[in-house]
Amino acid sequence: MVPLNYFLILAAILFSIGVIGFVMKRNVITMFMSIELMLNSVNLTFVAFSRYIQNLSGQIFVFFVMVIAAAEAAVGLAIIVALYRNRESLNVDEADRMKL
Amino acid sequence: MPRNYIPILIFITLAFLFPIVTLAILRWVRPSVPHKAKLSPYECGVDPVYQPRERYTVRYYIVAILFVVFDVETVFLFPWAIRYDVLGLFGLMEMLVFLGILIVGFVWLWKQGALEWV
Amino acid sequence: MFNQYFQPNDILIIYPELLLALFAMGVMIIDLFLDRAWKVLNAFTALVGIAYAAYALYRLKSNALNLSGYNHAILNDSFAIYFQFVFLIATALVILISARYLSIEGENRGDYYALILLSLIGMNFMVMGIDLITLYIALELMAVSEYILVGYLRTNRQSNEAAMKFFLLGAFSSGILLYGISLLYGISGSTDLRVIAQRLAERPSHDPIALVAVVTLTAGLLFKIGGVPFHQWLPDAYEGAPSTITTFISVAPKAASFALILRIFIVGLKPLETSWVPVLSVVCVLTMTLGNITAISQSNIKRLLAYSSIAHAGYLLLGLIAGNEYGITGIAIYFLVYAFMNIGIWTLVVAMRRKDLIGDQIQDMAGMIYKNPGAAVLMLVFLLSLAGIPPTAGFIGKYYLFASVIQTHHYVLAVIAVLNAAISLYYYFRVVVVMFMSEKTDEEKMTLSPGVLTSLAVTLVFTLLIGIYPEPFIRFAQNSLSLFQ
Repeated sequence: MVPLNYFLILAAILFSIGVIGFVMKRNVITMFMSIELMLNSVNLTFVAFSRYIQNLSGQIFVFFVMVIAAAEAAVGLAIIVALYRNRESLNVDEADRMKL
Repeated sequence: MPRNYIPILIFITLAFLFPIVTLAILRWVRPSVPHKAKLSPYECGVDPVYQPRERYTVRYYIVAILFVVFDVETVFLFPWAIRYDVLGLFGLMEMLVFLGILIVGFVWLWKQGALEWV
Repeated sequence: MFNQYFQPNDILIIYPELLLALFAMGVMIIDLFLDRAWKVLNAFTALVGIAYAAYALYRLKSNALNLSGYNHAILNDSFAIYFQFVFLIATALVILISARYLSIEGENRGDYYALILLSLIGMNFMVMGIDLITLYIALELMAVSEYILVGYLRTNRQSNEAAMKFFLLGAFSSGILLYGISLLYGISGSTDLRVIAQRLAERPSHDPIALVAVVTLTAGLLFKIGGVPFHQWLPDAYEGAPSTITTFISVAPKAASFALILRIFIVGLKPLETSWVPVLSVVCVLTMTLGNITAISQSNIKRLLAYSSIAHAGYLLLGLIAGNEYGITGIAIYFLVYAFMNIGIWTLVVAMRRKDLIGDQIQDMAGMIYKNPGAAVLMLVFLLSLAGIPPTAGFIGKYYLFASVIQTHHYVLAVIAVLNAAISLYYYFRVVVVMFMSEKTDEEKMTLSPGVLTSLAVTLVFTLLIGIYPEPFIRFAQNSLSLFQ
């Protein structure tokens, strides 16, 4: 059996890639994909722990994370479509109608 | 225990071998006449006039969004289906409530005209 | 049909939420059959749903039921019931002021009210849940409904942008929060906060994984209440969102997120107190100071109130840092007060909106005392309350919070908090000066719809009543002390 630490390290790396991608990228879709990567690394952590400690709650949690991620994706894409209709660009730096 | 997996191993080997062997035999049998026109995309004999990577309408996104939502919800049906005998009438009721809520959403979408392709 | 997974008691515990869910779906379906002129009925349906739920909640409070249900995933104790009352009040007031505003914006549809009710259900479960799975689903139900509501004005670019920023940062913070939750689950092997607390107490106090879990959880939760350094989304979301929705998200979801923080930190992470109190103290000072100092230079009333709400989140963190009975009562009473005074002031901002005027610049209020003396005086009362001047309710909330940190000997924090309250006087009074001292720029008076009038009356009465005669309200707020059991 593969040791638990391997999964946790992989998940931590994936999570960091997601965070870095979110902070560095300026395209809405790419930022959104980074968020999905973070959620999937969380899912990996849950499943690894769940198998290691022989407790099912972690896997149930993964189901809910997946479904909520889908709901978020639907809402997020809908917002992006509405934004694109009004503006024709998906670069967050151009979302500057309000001063910071 | 590992013995049970031998058929799968054989199957995987065959699956890999089949395309390799067929392609190798065909390469050996078929005639080879290279021509430039053979490499261009098929457009009924006419030269292609624009790039194939075209922008497409936003409606595809809306259909995709709706699909994602309704598709992923089925993830809750599988655990219930597997433990149906244990959960019994309670499980059935619970699942009917769940599906009922989804159907309300679906009816609303339909009435709003989100499913119409204008 | 009942078995080990489901008891008849379970359905009674969440009866108010079941009603709200039925009404949310009902509003959506009824809306399909309504003509344009009758859309105001949607607001009535939603209000009836809230009234019904409030009655059910009251019955639940007075019945001596077993309050734990769904295999210990839900605990509807008096802490939860208190906060649910606050949410119901805030939501009802927001629905009252929405109908007229939505018809001016030309977006008067039923799904608006359905989404508000769904968000309310999410908030109710956020305070009832004691299991991390329930809490996470509830948090997302609230957040996803809010993303849609912030972008509700589909053709308005500013609303779109606000929704996009709110959505991206909200989803990002949920991801961070979830990572912390997954580590907590790994450490303790359970998603029940009470079990997590037991397991954490058994472990050495400087456990690296537990520290990472606390840091990520704190970061994710601070995003939701707009604590510095995770506050950047808040002014944009508040400015771009429809004003009624800003009213909503500045009160109810903030209270819900705070209740969630209390539940997680006071119940689940109590054994790690020595590691999160210093972090939160720094965040608290930064949040108060930055919120107040940035608010000084704002010319847009929505942004000014957004920064002021960041500062208020800072004051509220004082109660959590103290973590004693005074602090928790302080947070509870503050949110009741905040619901009235903040909704009152936002109602006036909503009422400024006309066909030809967005009405969100401070200059738009110039000479308000000559045009609408009543509105100007109301604004003054609410601003005094936000600043925490004695005869108003804001003073009671601030008094409890500041006293709680003095009780736990955090004198430096108390001094900084009082200094900040003094700074906030400056920018609140800048608005007052514009209203009372400048010349009016146009003649047109505000027209107040019946809903707006009702909301103003209720908020004014309670802002003054809690300030003058606070005892019953404090006793009510002390219900939240069941958190410690």
